[in-house]
Amino acid sequence: MSVDLEHYLVVGAILFATGLYLALAKRNFVGVLMGIELMFNAANLTFVAFSRFVQSDDPLSGHVFVIFAITVAAAEAATALALAVLLYRVRDTIDVDRIDLLRW
Amino acid sequence: MDDTGTVIAFWLLAVITVGSALMIVAVRNLIHAVVFMMVSFVGIAGLYLTLSADFVAVTQVLLYVGAISVLMLFAIVLTPGGSRDNAETFLRLPALALTVLLGATLAYVAIDTDWSLADRGGFTDTASAIGDALLGKYVLPFEIASVLLLAAMIGAIVLVRPEASIEEAEE
Amino acid sequence: MTFLAPWYDLRDLGNAVQALLDRIRDWGAPDWVPYAVSSLIGAVGILLWVVLSVLAFIWIERRVVALMQNRIGPNRVGPAGLLQPVADALKLLLKEPITPRDADRILFWMAPIVIFIPTLVIFAVIPFGGRMVLADLNVGVLFLIAIATINTPAVFLAGWSSNNKYALLGAMRTIAMLISYEVVQVLALLAVVLFAGSMRLGDIVAWQQHYNVWIVFLQPLGILAYIISGAVEINRSPTDISEAESEIVAGYHTEYGGIKFGFFYQAEYMAGFAIAAIITTLYLGGYTAWGLEKWVPGWALFLGKLYAVFFIYIWSRGTLPRLRIDQLMSFAWKFLLPLSLVNVALVGAEVLVWDETGVSANVALPIIGAVNLVFCLVAVVAWARLLGHGAGRQRGRRALLTKEVGVIHFEPAEGASPGPAGIPAAQALRRRSGQA
Repeated sequence: MSVDLEHYLVVGAILFATGLYLALAKRNFVGVLMGIELMFNAANLTFVAFSRFVQSDDPLSGHVFVIFAITVAAAEAATALALAVLLYRVRDTIDVDRIDLLRW
Repeated sequence: MDDTGTVIAFWLLAVITVGSALMIVAVRNLIHAVVFMMVSFVGIAGLYLTLSADFVAVTQVLLYVGAISVLMLFAIVLTPGGSRDNAETFLRLPALALTVLLGATLAYVAIDTDWSLADRGGFTDTASAIGDALLGKYVLPFEIASVLLLAAMIGAIVLVRPEASIEEAEE
Repeated sequence: MTFLAPWYDLRDLGNAVQALLDRIRDWGAPDWVPYAVSSLIGAVGILLWVVLSVLAFIWIERRVVALMQNRIGPNRVGPAGLLQPVADALKLLLKEPITPRDADRILFWMAPIVIFIPTLVIFAVIPFGGRMVLADLNVGVLFLIAIATINTPAVFLAGWSSNNKYALLGAMRTIAMLISYEVVQVLALLAVVLFAGSMRLGDIVAWQQHYNVWIVFLQPLGILAYIISGAVEINRSPTDISEAESEIVAGYHTEYGGIKFGFFYQAEYMAGFAIAAIITTLYLGGYTAWGLEKWVPGWALFLGKLYAVFFIYIWSRGTLPRLRIDQLMSFAWKFLLPLSLVNVALVGAEVLVWDETGVSANVALPIIGAVNLVFCLVAVVAWARLLGHGAGRQRGRRALLTKEVGVIHFEPAEGASPGPAGIPAAQALRRRSGQA
C-alpha cells in the first residue's frame, strides 16, 4: 500500500468542492470567505503534490507558486474583512442575502 | 512513499482535513466553524509535511492559523449584530448539486488521467532553494507581491477608519 | 567532531540513548521500534524536565521577588517553604472547576489544552546538547515563530468562550500585543539567521562554536528586541497588560479556575522557559561555551544559561512597573519595528561585504561586533530623543464623555435584524440624552 499523486488530488478535489459550497451557499460573509480560503488551500495542496510527484525541470516552482498564493490570500483576507466591517457599519448586517441593493 | 509511517500519516491527516472541512458546513455556530477551519488548515500543513514540503507547511501554519483565522475571528466579533448561526441561503440545493458535480468531475479527472510521474523522492532542503528562486528567477513577482501587500494594508486601513461624524463630535 | 562516545559519557545524554538504541537494533527489532523509543525517551525527558523546572522556579521566583520587595516569601510549607509549589498544585487540582452559565462549554474546555500544546512542542526543536534534540528541523527558526502564533487564536477562544466582557477585552489586548510584537520578533530572529546562513538551530549553535563568538556580541539590538518581545509573549511584568489585575481583573482567564487555570499558568511558565531556551540557543551559544563543553556537560551549560536568562524576567518583574497598553503598542510600532528593520538591513550589508571581500573571521567579526554595538547605542538614544522631542508640548486628548459625543447612532436598515439599537441600554441612553 502506498500514497500516490491521485490520493492528494482527490483530497484536494473534495476540499475545493467543500469550499465552493461554502462560498455559494453560506449566508454570513465570513462563511463565504472561509469557503474562498478553503478553495485556495485545495489549489495549493494540488500544486505541492504535483511538484513532488510529476516530472519537471524545476520541481520547486510549485512551492514558490504556493508561497505567492498564500501571500495573495493574506492580502485578500485582510481587504475582504475590512469590507465586511465597513458593510456592517452601513447596513448593520453582513448576511450576503440581505446585501441586495445596488446603492444606498 | 511506501513507508508505512507516511501512509498512516497521510490517511490520518486526510481524514482530519476533509472531516473538519465538512464540519465547517455542518456546524451551527460561526465561531465553531472558524475553529474547524483552523483544524483543517493544520491538517493541510501536515499533508504538506508528508509531501516533504517543510517550508510551505510552516508558512501555512504561520499565515493561515496564526493570521487569517484571527482576522476572521476579529471580523465576527466586530460585527455583533450579524447572524451567528452559519446558515445557508436559498441557494442551498443548487449549490449542493453543483458542488457534488464539480467534486466528482475533478476526482474522476485526477484518477483517470495518466500523469507523467517522476520517481524523484522527497525534497531534502526546500527553504534555501525557495529563497534562491524567490530572489532569482521570480524576483519580479516577489516585488509585485510586496507592493500588493502594501496596497492591501493601506486599503484595509482606509476602509475601516472611523467615520467622519465621530470625528466631528470630538471637536 | 565525533569523539569516541561510550554510553557512560554523560557530557551528552544522547550517547546513552544511542547505546540503548543500538542494543535494541541488535536484538533484531523492526526499524520503527528504535525510532519510537528515541522519540518517547525525548518527549518524556523534556516533559519531566519542564514540570520539575516549573515547580522549582515557582518557589525561586516567589522567594526572589520577596527578597527584592523586602518580604520573606513562602516559608510555611516544608523547609523554607520548599513544598509551596506542590501545595499550590494540589490546591488547583482539588478546586471545583467552575464553568460560567452561558459559556461555550466545548471551547471553554478546549482553550487551555490548545494553549498548552504548542508551548510544549517548541522544546522539540531546541538542541539541549550535541545529540540531545528531538527533531532538528531545517526550518527550525521559522517553526518556532509559527508554533508560537497558534497561541493567538487559543487566547481568543479562551476570552470569547468565557462569555465575560473582561475576558474578551483581555483577549483582545493580548492578541493586539502578540501580533505587534511578533513582527519585531521575526525581524530580530531574521538577523540571526542572516549571520548563520541556516534556519536549523543545530547549525546556528555550530556556527557560534565554529567562530567562537556568541551572536549576542554581534546583535546587541537584536537580543534587546527579542527579550522585550519575549516578555510580551509570556505576559510577564512590565508587559503583563493582558492580565492587569487592577484594570481588567485577570484578562482572558478571568473565568478560569481550578485545573483549567492551572493549565494556563503552567503554559505561561513553560513559555517563559521556551523563550529563555530560544535566547540561549540563538544568542548565547546554546550548549557550547568556548571549549568549556569538553569538561562540563553541554546540557548543564545550556540549562545554566537558560536559568540565567529566565532570571532576567524574574528580576524585571520585581523591579519594573507595568506599562500602559498604548505605550506598549506605540513602543512596538514606532520604536522597535523601525530599529529592527534598519538592523536587518545593516546585518545584510555586513554579511554581504564580509562574503565579497573574503576577510578572515578574526578580523571581520570584531569589526562587525563593534559596528553593531555602536549602531545599537546611537540608534536607541537618537531615536528615543527624536520620538520624545515635542512629546511634552503635545497635549494628550482628553477621553470623551458620553454626553459630549451625544448619542451613538445605530440606524438599522428596514427589515434588518434587531441590532444594537434593540439593546435596552442603548435605548435608555438615547432617551436620557433627549435625542431620537
